[in-house]
Amino acid sequence: MGNDLLNVIELSDFNLPTMKNEDWKYTNVAPILKNNYVLGTSLGYENYLSLPLNDYFFKDFDYYKVVFINGIFVNELSDLTGLESGIIVDSLTNFQKNNSEILANHLNKYSAIDNGFNELNNTLSTNGLVVFVPKGKVVDKPIQILYLNGDSNENVLSVPKNLIIAEENSQATIIANYHGIKGKEYLTNIVTEVYAGKNSIVDFYKIQLEEENSYHVEKVQAYQEANSLFNHYNFTFGGSITRNDINTCLNDENIESHFYGLYLAHKEQHVDNHTFVDHAKPNCMSNELYKGILDGKSRGVFNGKIMVRRDAQKTNAYQSNKAVLLSKNAIIDTKPQLEIFADDVKCSHGAAVGQLDENSEFYIKSRGIPKDIAKSMLIRAFAADVIEKIKIDELREQINHLVFEHLNRVEVKNN
Amino acid sequence: MLVIKNLKANVEGKEILKGINLEIKAGEVHAIMGPNGSGKSTLANVLAGNGGYEVTSGEIYFEGKDLVELAPEDRAREGIFLAFQYPIEIPGISNATFLKTALNEVRKYHGKPEATPKEFLELLKEKSGVLGMDPQFISRSVNVGFSGGEKKRNEILQMLMLQPKLALLDETDSGLDIDALKIVSSGVNVFKNKDNAVLLVTHYQRLLNYIVPDYVHVLSQGRIIKSGGKELALELEEKGYDWIKNDELIEENV
Repeated sequence: MGNDLLNVIELSDFNLPTMKNEDWKYTNVAPILKNNYVLGTSLGYENYLSLPLNDYFFKDFDYYKVVFINGIFVNELSDLTGLESGIIVDSLTNFQKNNSEILANHLNKYSAIDNGFNELNNTLSTNGLVVFVPKGKVVDKPIQILYLNGDSNENVLSVPKNLIIAEENSQATIIANYHGIKGKEYLTNIVTEVYAGKNSIVDFYKIQLEEENSYHVEKVQAYQEANSLFNHYNFTFGGSITRNDINTCLNDENIESHFYGLYLAHKEQHVDNHTFVDHAKPNCMSNELYKGILDGKSRGVFNGKIMVRRDAQKTNAYQSNKAVLLSKNAIIDTKPQLEIFADDVKCSHGAAVGQLDENSEFYIKSRGIPKDIAKSMLIRAFAADVIEKIKIDELREQINHLVFEHLNRVEVKNN
Repeated sequence: MLVIKNLKANVEGKEILKGINLEIKAGEVHAIMGPNGSGKSTLANVLAGNGGYEVTSGEIYFEGKDLVELAPEDRAREGIFLAFQYPIEIPGISNATFLKTALNEVRKYHGKPEATPKEFLELLKEKSGVLGMDPQFISRSVNVGFSGGEKKRNEILQMLMLQPKLALLDETDSGLDIDALKIVSSGVNVFKNKDNAVLLVTHYQRLLNYIVPDYVHVLSQGRIIKSGGKELALELEEKGYDWIKNDELIEENV
């Protein structure tokens, strides 16, 4: 297939942010702009069916299976057998055909277009995922979605749009699992909207394992109704430049939101996490725990904004972000941002950056354990409080494995 | 077993040990006593190879090997064990993983095969039984959420599992109530035999009611200023450290 048949996108047509923009101060997206990209959906998915797709899924627990290749929902590789009637997991296109009213009530209702990446997604996204959980329904198994992106010969742009609708009293667990295809540089640019209705519980796991020559940008915007609980778990391993914006709006009372993040970077990887917790109403609680492990010449950015609006009395909002630098060439820029307009609130934030503790390393070595294993134990110890928040036991140990695999260090397993 | 000759050591550039001479033979229990800041913990840490302590001169030989040149993990494998004054918490690493890793590293060093899961569990059951530890602790993270007494007990358990030749107990009695002190002491008494040795570092005589030393040394300002039998500890308890300091002063004046 020649380039002339493909839909070539020039990113310069979109007003992508520059470092002059305060929100992008530490993240230079210029390397992304040096390529022209073909839209992933124009490549089709048939060429990739020989890849060992099953190996990319997290294993040893039951899940509903969805496969996206370069932004195309691949029905024949997905397995939704047993999904209770009324619960819908489908492509955005199909959902539009069959449930256009529901879609119209939710799509693009929560996420504003904040920057050129959002605009790019909005303009080009023709496909994506919808998870619709109607009132009172509980999805009995996690929905694991494999997003496979990239191509050996083309610079691919994938622009999936995800929409999670959890109606009143419903419950769902989503695992968004991003992988890459070895080859040319590619850009994955996602917008995810989450609607958590009254009394609903949404657990959203994102595990980013893209190729290390790829670019990955996602904006998550959640909107929460009264008594809802939204847990977002964000694990970054891959990508050359990664930018996550994770936002939630707590727009009624007794809402709870938890953001957990663990990001690893080595070589020259760049990982930027921006979070925004918007407390609009009273008696809500948010808690945020982000940890970074930076090796080589990698760079991490954390910017955590908490807004407590005037009405949001009795808010409890906590934020903690820590980074450990495994090499003297790694850098972290961290910025907590609290904007509080209510007077009866409990808010705290803390940031810490350091190396692995020498005294702890000595303790471990003094038991005859060699230095490399001692360091791995301390890495596991550092990541532990984030990883322990994972509710799926089997996923927890697989994430631990990825930590050591990614850092190319000896693995420490509990057995 | 251990020979220390004119050992001097610095912490952050400041000289703490100013010429220690000490010999410990197999089958012996030695107690190092002294006021705060006298260098007791420094001595224990220097022997275990803590990188925060710099040996500036002198010699340490353990079973004929020059210890100063050995990395802390190799000292441990050779048979030196330090029970920490403040044991470290390691979240995410279970006690089982920690103990098994340590045990197998020591065994590997001595050319022995790894312990089978059955061997490991039997050994663990036996040793934790001595200390009356709840078997549930094994799946918990190392020292996380442990009380002060539980942490000290865990140090003694590690010692019993690894069976070192020389056990250095750094203020193991501090922060323990009398019941915990008895349990910890019984663990040490089960451990000691004619082939190994124990060096107790303590501020108080109390521990020595339960672990009876063969020798007591008084450390002051980086030097051993008096050595004697177990009765020296009782004398110290009765008269306080000032007694020795004054005594020493008088001797120097003579």
